[in-house]
Amino acid sequence: MISKDNVLEVRNLQTSFSTDKGEVRAVDGVSFDVPKGKTIGIVGESGSGKSITSLSILRLLAENGKIKGGEIRYKGEDLTKVSEKRMRELRGNEISMIFQEPMTSLNPVYTVGQQISEALISHQGMNKKQAMVRSVELLKLVGIPSPEKRVKAYPFELSGGMRQRVMIAMSLACDPEILIADEPTTALDVTIQAQILELIKDLQERLGMSVIFITHDLGVVAETCDYVAVMYAGQVVEYSDIRTLFKQPKHPYSIGLLNSLPRHDIDQEKLMPIKGNVPSPHEMPTGCRFAPRCPAATDLCRAKMPELMTDDSGNQIRCWIYSDEWPGEKEVNVYGETRIAKG
Amino acid sequence: MAKQELLKVEGLKQYFPIKGGFLGRTVNHVKAVDDISFTIYEGETVSIVGESGCGKSTTGRSILRLEEPTEGKVEFQGVDLATISKRQMRDYRKDLQIIFQDPYASINPRQTVASVLNEAMEIQNVLPANKRRARIEELLETVGLLPYQADRFPHEFSGGQRQRIGIARALSVDPKLIICDEAVSALDVSIQAQVLNLLEDLQEQYNLTYLFISHDLGVVRHISDRIIVMYLGKIVEIADKHSLFENPQHPYTKALLSAIPVPDPDKKKERIVLKGDVPSPIDPPAGCRFHTRCPFATDKCRTEEPKLRTSDLMKEGHEAACHYMEEISAGAMQPNY
Ligand SMILES: Nc1ncnc2c1ncn2[C@@H]1O[C@H](COP(=O)(O)OP(=O)(O)OP(=O)(O)O)[C@@H](O)[C@H]1O
Ligand SMILES: Nc1ncnc2c1ncn2[C@@H]1O[C@H](COP(=O)(O)OP(=O)(O)O)[C@@H](O)[C@H]1O
Ligand code: SF4
Ligand code: SF4
Ligand SMILES: [Mg+2]
Ligand SMILES: [Mg+2]
Repeated sequence: MISKDNVLEVRNLQTSFSTDKGEVRAVDGVSFDVPKGKTIGIVGESGSGKSITSLSILRLLAENGKIKGGEIRYKGEDLTKVSEKRMRELRGNEISMIFQEPMTSLNPVYTVGQQISEALISHQGMNKKQAMVRSVELLKLVGIPSPEKRVKAYPFELSGGMRQRVMIAMSLACDPEILIADEPTTALDVTIQAQILELIKDLQERLGMSVIFITHDLGVVAETCDYVAVMYAGQVVEYSDIRTLFKQPKHPYSIGLLNSLPRHDIDQEKLMPIKGNVPSPHEMPTGCRFAPRCPAATDLCRAKMPELMTDDSGNQIRCWIYSDEWPGEKEVNVYGETRIAKG
Repeated sequence: MAKQELLKVEGLKQYFPIKGGFLGRTVNHVKAVDDISFTIYEGETVSIVGESGCGKSTTGRSILRLEEPTEGKVEFQGVDLATISKRQMRDYRKDLQIIFQDPYASINPRQTVASVLNEAMEIQNVLPANKRRARIEELLETVGLLPYQADRFPHEFSGGQRQRIGIARALSVDPKLIICDEAVSALDVSIQAQVLNLLEDLQEQYNLTYLFISHDLGVVRHISDRIIVMYLGKIVEIADKHSLFENPQHPYTKALLSAIPVPDPDKKKERIVLKGDVPSPIDPPAGCRFHTRCPFATDKCRTEEPKLRTSDLMKEGHEAACHYMEEISAGAMQPNY
């Protein structure tokens, strides 16, 4: 990448699960940068490895999961190698996370105030009283009306949008450098989603943190992110600034994804779907993982997996079309759009 | 060709009792659907949109009498489905089919695809038993699956493929109207596009009519001819697709449309961010139900319920329920955010 001030650099991350059907390589070649103060999006279809990528960063994988390779560089430290003790310090203090369904990550038997205080007491050494005062401040920061009253509420007494605000308040408790938001608005209605997106943007500007925003909604990406990593079958297939991704996407999968999207803001004729299905994690194609569905696939694609290559503008792409080895035509037709091959 | 009415809903209400106290008496009601009327014409796609809990699914379920409507008429080709006997209603289920969001939940995991389809046909007495196998294989091909997959179990299919099985099952009884309740909502975009195209092709091929329930305005713009917007059990706006997206009149519709993120980083748009949450349908706000969140609300809105009506700014068939559509469009009323 063009040199930026990156707080986090993920390089060729590989995470596997052992299951009774054999090894599942859930993440198998994920690289991206998180520049300071910026928002990067991770998009991809269900099962493409978005959540496992973020859980790997925090080392919160399930028992049967393991980071098998690659690096996660955070301010000079490789998070794949640091001790569990160091990881505990980082979680919550420097890198925090919010999840898709706030109800499952809030404890139903404690009040909102008790839960936020918990984090403040254990990570910042506050006493109970200080922590309660700070909790009220945080609830106010995330736009919860009458925070003095709500701090005593139990999660079930709050609406979905409010619970998500509480989750955000908790994740901000320790002023993190990086906030990982995994589908934070997917379970919410659009008018509530608009409130939460506005809140995250506003907080980011005020607090100067970097955000990793995981979503399958390309609209949300276009509106909130500066950079975006597109994932397919456990790999990053394209990483670029968002203008390039939406105006001149390079990877056939990215092009196909944008062409399949029904838009509410413009009239479209027929949608152009990507044919077929995502490969099962147990039967990954040997070559390019998109080859069985790709309209431009060649024998080379089917035989050999392309590496993630950096282009002149600093964007990254995993596709043979943009390499010297491309065996096909110079002008490649991808879902009705033309891309110029490098070879 | 004159438009043929297929389904006419009039004054439909669906109240769910809330039991309370130690005697378990009904203490209140969830007014899930509260006096709605609309007509669907043959061969068209009408969508119902709105936020979760506004009554979309309940409307669909009441039409099919999966839930007995509290009040109102549901006329299908002139026959009021709300008053016929349960037995007679069973026969009408052949004409009115439903496809749900969750392809897992609506298919019995222990049945092969062939037996799922066979059972549907058997209940409705479609085709003699010895002709059904051929029809099943034909149906699978129609929805983009392969004939040999008839003997497989649901868990052997992907989400998109299971949704196709749901569609094949609905089609197996030659329905006239299919209610699609969030039928593509759980699918990934690339698969969703496949299923949407399939639904469009089938509509053309079999002259199907769809009532399409969805919270995704992108999908709705793509598939619909006309659109109904619901808020807290009421219809707030109804219009042909083009009018609804290009000339929305109800403040809620405008806010809803403006809240959807646009997949184009160059389109910076004015966003109306509504305050607060949707109120409970148990004691919905008096007057206009949207008044607690509406930036234009006045005292009149808090007491007087607006009726669906049209205005000079609206095309034929376009109606909205707001006291102040004209004033708001003319800029004579300023929003109070
Ligand atoms: N504990 C586990 N054991 C085995 N496989 C797992 C485990 N957790 C996740 N996987 C697999 O890893 C892959 C990636 O999963 P991940 O949760 O990252 O997907 P995702 O991109 O977040 O999808 P979604 O959009 O549905 O949230 C999937 O194939 C999933 O089935
Ligand atoms: N069987 C039921 N008993 C009680 N309340 C119900 C029942 N079904 C739906 N509701 C309530 O009715 C309202 C409308 O629900 P629904 O039609 O499912 O909304 P939508 O499909 O628009 O999300 C909601 O408040 C819901 O909780
Ligand atoms: S490498 Fe080949 S198969 Fe893979 S996306 Fe590029 S053109 Fe398609
Ligand atoms: S009637 Fe009043 S409260 Fe209701 S939408 Fe119109 S202006 Fe808003
Ligand atoms: Mg996930
Ligand atoms: Mg519903």
